[in-house]
Amino acid sequence: MLPLPTLTQERENHWLDRFDPRLRLLCALLFALTTVSLQQIPLLLGCLLTGLLLAWQSGLRAGPLARRLLLLESLMLLLLLTLPFTVAGETWFSIGPLNASGEGLQRALQILLRANAIVLVLLSLVGTLEPVTLGHALGQLGMPRKLVHLFLLSVRYIGVLFQEYRRLRMAMRARAFVAGSNRHTWRSFGWLLGMLLVRSLERSQRVLRAMKCRGFHDRLYLLSENRWHSRDSLTLLLVALGCTYLLILERTL
Amino acid sequence: MAHIPDGVLSAPILTTGALVTAGLLVVAIRRLDYERIPQAAVLTAAFFVASLLSVPVGPSSVHLLLNGLMGLVLGWTAVPAILVALIMQSVFFGYGGLLVLGVNSMNIALPALACGLIFGAALRRNGGRRALLLGTLSGGLGVILSGLMVSASLALSSSDYLPAAQVVLATYLPLTVAEAAVTGFTLAFIVKVAPELILEPR
Repeated sequence: MLPLPTLTQERENHWLDRFDPRLRLLCALLFALTTVSLQQIPLLLGCLLTGLLLAWQSGLRAGPLARRLLLLESLMLLLLLTLPFTVAGETWFSIGPLNASGEGLQRALQILLRANAIVLVLLSLVGTLEPVTLGHALGQLGMPRKLVHLFLLSVRYIGVLFQEYRRLRMAMRARAFVAGSNRHTWRSFGWLLGMLLVRSLERSQRVLRAMKCRGFHDRLYLLSENRWHSRDSLTLLLVALGCTYLLILERTL
Repeated sequence: MAHIPDGVLSAPILTTGALVTAGLLVVAIRRLDYERIPQAAVLTAAFFVASLLSVPVGPSSVHLLLNGLMGLVLGWTAVPAILVALIMQSVFFGYGGLLVLGVNSMNIALPALACGLIFGAALRRNGGRRALLLGTLSGGLGVILSGLMVSASLALSSSDYLPAAQVVLATYLPLTVAEAAVTGFTLAFIVKVAPELILEPR
């Protein structure tokens, strides 16, 4: 787990964890691709329902999740407010010279449903993976080696540096620092970030030396326990069929 | 609002973003040796943590984007660093989405590269003098360019998004102020304390 307040919680022996991480990534991708190509509101509602069901099943914490989705809505809200007025179509209601169209409202709803459905599925299928497992899965799916190692090492050090950041911040608070919109705040924050970066640089030099000391010679290995079983293939097939079915429904309804 | 969610942008924009990011990534990865991966990773983590800082601007507060500074400190490595950070933000925190990763990375990484190119060269040429000014300009330019690219991605996706895109651009104003002010001091600090972080040619 990332040592930061994420939306997931610790859990053991969950049914989702019996599937290969690669399968979970691929399913999320298939779902996203399908959802963005759907237009019919009932089908999109179905997608959102799938997302909600998965989120509930995977044990995402409801409170933080709701707050997170609301935050995502700032752009959504903007589109929801402007789209009815910008999309041409039959008048739904009008304020002064502005005409709100039913088509515009439909467009806004589509976007709202799509974005939330995809975020929910992504968080519940992929967000509940251990970051290290995710890194390995990305590597096995063909992400360049160097990028995978960058990902894995960054995940490792986010926790360490977050502690460092908290310590520096605490030291500022102990000296009665209160942030405001003034030069003093900007300079203090600027130095805070500078300090964080400088200490990170020193730490990275120690890391490299420690790695060399253990025989690092331009090569890192991925030791992964991910196993692709026949049930993974079967699930992928079922999900692909489900997505195709949705796309056919979209055409025929 | 640098993270556009899934389901908003049109297919051509999504494809363009993915292709541009993939292209930048190929170059950046080729230039990154295994020897430098630990440094790149620790700095990526540092930038990720730094973006958690909330800076008050008038009555509201903003989280820094830091792409101008990333371009200066990381150079080409800013591209994979930004992609890694965005993957983590979308997967573990729900900011952004999956199919828009390409566009979102492009919108943040291209300005980072531009800032690194323009101000990094200037900084190395004059041996780290005027760091406060150059850092301020770099921070401001990074955010403004990103804001322009985010609004352009929206506006080019559909002309119906035009008003929304304009509002989005306006919301970048307070961020520009905060980012310019803070990164100016950060750069001045780094040049004074650990000039090798920036002044070494890479």
